[in-house]
Amino acid sequence: MGIEVHTEGTAFQVVFSGDFICFSDNKTLESLYALLAKQKPQRIVAFDKGVEKWDSSLLVILFDLGKYAQMQGISFDYSDMSKGIKGLIDLAFSVDRKPTPPSYAKQPFLAAVGDWGINLVTSTQNGLIFLCDVFSSVIRFFRFKAVMRGVDFLFALENCGYKAVAIVSLVSFMVGLILAFVGAVQLQMFGAEIYVAALVAIGMTRIMGAVMSAVIMAGRTGASYAATIGTMQVNEEIDALKTFGIPVMDFLVLPRILALAITMPLLTVLADFMGMVGGAFVSVILLGVSYAEYWNMSVASLRLNNFLVGVFHGWVFGIIIALCGCYFGIKSGKNADSVGKATTSAVVYSIVWIVVATGIITVICNRMGV
Amino acid sequence: MMADNEQQAAIQVQDLKLAYGDYVIMHDVSFTVKKGSIFIIMGGSGCGKSTLLKALSGLKEADEGSIYVMGVNFSSATKKEKEAIMHKTGILYQSGALFSSMTLAENIALPLEQYTDYSKGDIAELASLKLALVGLRGFEDFYPSEISGGMKKRAGLARALALDPDIVYFDEPSAGLDPVSSKLLDDLILQLNANLGTTIVVVTHELSSIFAIGQDSIFLDATAKTVIGKGSPQELLRNPPNDTVLNFLTRGKEGNIK
Repeated sequence: MGIEVHTEGTAFQVVFSGDFICFSDNKTLESLYALLAKQKPQRIVAFDKGVEKWDSSLLVILFDLGKYAQMQGISFDYSDMSKGIKGLIDLAFSVDRKPTPPSYAKQPFLAAVGDWGINLVTSTQNGLIFLCDVFSSVIRFFRFKAVMRGVDFLFALENCGYKAVAIVSLVSFMVGLILAFVGAVQLQMFGAEIYVAALVAIGMTRIMGAVMSAVIMAGRTGASYAATIGTMQVNEEIDALKTFGIPVMDFLVLPRILALAITMPLLTVLADFMGMVGGAFVSVILLGVSYAEYWNMSVASLRLNNFLVGVFHGWVFGIIIALCGCYFGIKSGKNADSVGKATTSAVVYSIVWIVVATGIITVICNRMGV
Repeated sequence: MMADNEQQAAIQVQDLKLAYGDYVIMHDVSFTVKKGSIFIIMGGSGCGKSTLLKALSGLKEADEGSIYVMGVNFSSATKKEKEAIMHKTGILYQSGALFSSMTLAENIALPLEQYTDYSKGDIAELASLKLALVGLRGFEDFYPSEISGGMKKRAGLARALALDPDIVYFDEPSAGLDPVSSKLLDDLILQLNANLGTTIVVVTHELSSIFAIGQDSIFLDATAKTVIGKGSPQELLRNPPNDTVLNFLTRGKEGNIK
């Protein structure tokens, strides 16, 4: 394979010969362009002097020469090349529309900061509008005017209710086990192993049961809400609902929020119980505490206010998970990538808001002396 | 102008501009769809046909200009007026857009349950009838995932017809269908128009459908971002206003592709 260069008057002749399979002689090409820059010809002419086998590497050389000629405002003649090569180069230069700049094109720093600020304001605005819409939908529900199918509510209830029992039980059992194990190591030094029961009971009922259930449900149900509604967006199902004049909030969001608001407190109670069972398992096996002693200590350390605060956490977390899942589903774009992003955002934002809500509730409870 | 043509016009669009942010999709678009006609919105890919359909169906606000549907201006209409108009229109989406968690009968029953006082039994019968009208008798209890693409479109059409609309919009009805299914859908559109007098607006770039069903049309161009041809498809083919329209209607055989 080879490239030869001749100059004839104002024409710059590039002669191709031999095979061009995986051509990668960059030095030859660099010297070719250096010569072109030096000679500043009026025309570039490509000649085929027995090119036998070729692949896209030859087309790239010709395409680049063509683009160079276009940039310099000179003509590029490749009519001597074989029919196949000529046809493909014709095709490569026959694009009829200029591309619009992609949205991810690099921006100046100030413009990027400005865009970030605008996006922040817009997304906050969108979030507040969504919350207002949800609020009016809830009001319509209590006035029996919401367009919600009972079967959708029952389906959502089933999905985030008993179907979540196994995973919530398992994880809460493990969390109770870990809490007890970590506590036992310290309490054993003071001969106070029996207080492991109190540690687990208070820890689980006050906050850990609710938080662990919420994290599981954010990953399980929140993600599922975002993916389901996002896919409905892709399939134009949400557009169809809108054209029927059916409020999307009533039809899609309300049943999901109600279902999680009902099931999350119940799952929190289950998580509290399973955590204590996990704690009992460690205490009996490792510390030699009897089940009866553990049970009595647990019951003695349980306080109604701790239990109710935990259940309240669960209720708030349920609403947060449903809001995040539905919001990101509805705001999803109409392609697979957007649905993936919506699902990720739903889980991430759910967990962030769960942590924020925990902080707020804790401060409020502390101020109220609960 | 509106008052003069109100009797004949199902849809009247005047100096319409549609944009996504700063990106203008189309501008200065004006046309009239006569009541009871089959109107085609055609043009190459990316010219904004589907965006225009969204605006006509009330899903997208006009950035400039006005859209009158059944004599009501969408831009100045109250929410109730807009909803009333939307109930008089049906849309068949490109994908069918059936609700995947519902059976075909439930899909059709949904708008009937919301906006009519029919009993459950009557609604079930109406749903069966609408399915039978599109050749899907006996498929009431099937889920969308259990039927083919062509059947989904027909079921979507049955749902669009649920509330006996005055106008039905079709977004690329032939997309993804084999020639026979496509022809069946075209025949169905012609029958609906002939038997029910429904005004039909079809967004498509399928030449066979355009010539088979189109009575009037506009041609949108992505480069000019506006209407560059108006009239019946046959008329546009006989007297093409420009090379772009000629290229499109002849698949580039007779015009000069540039």
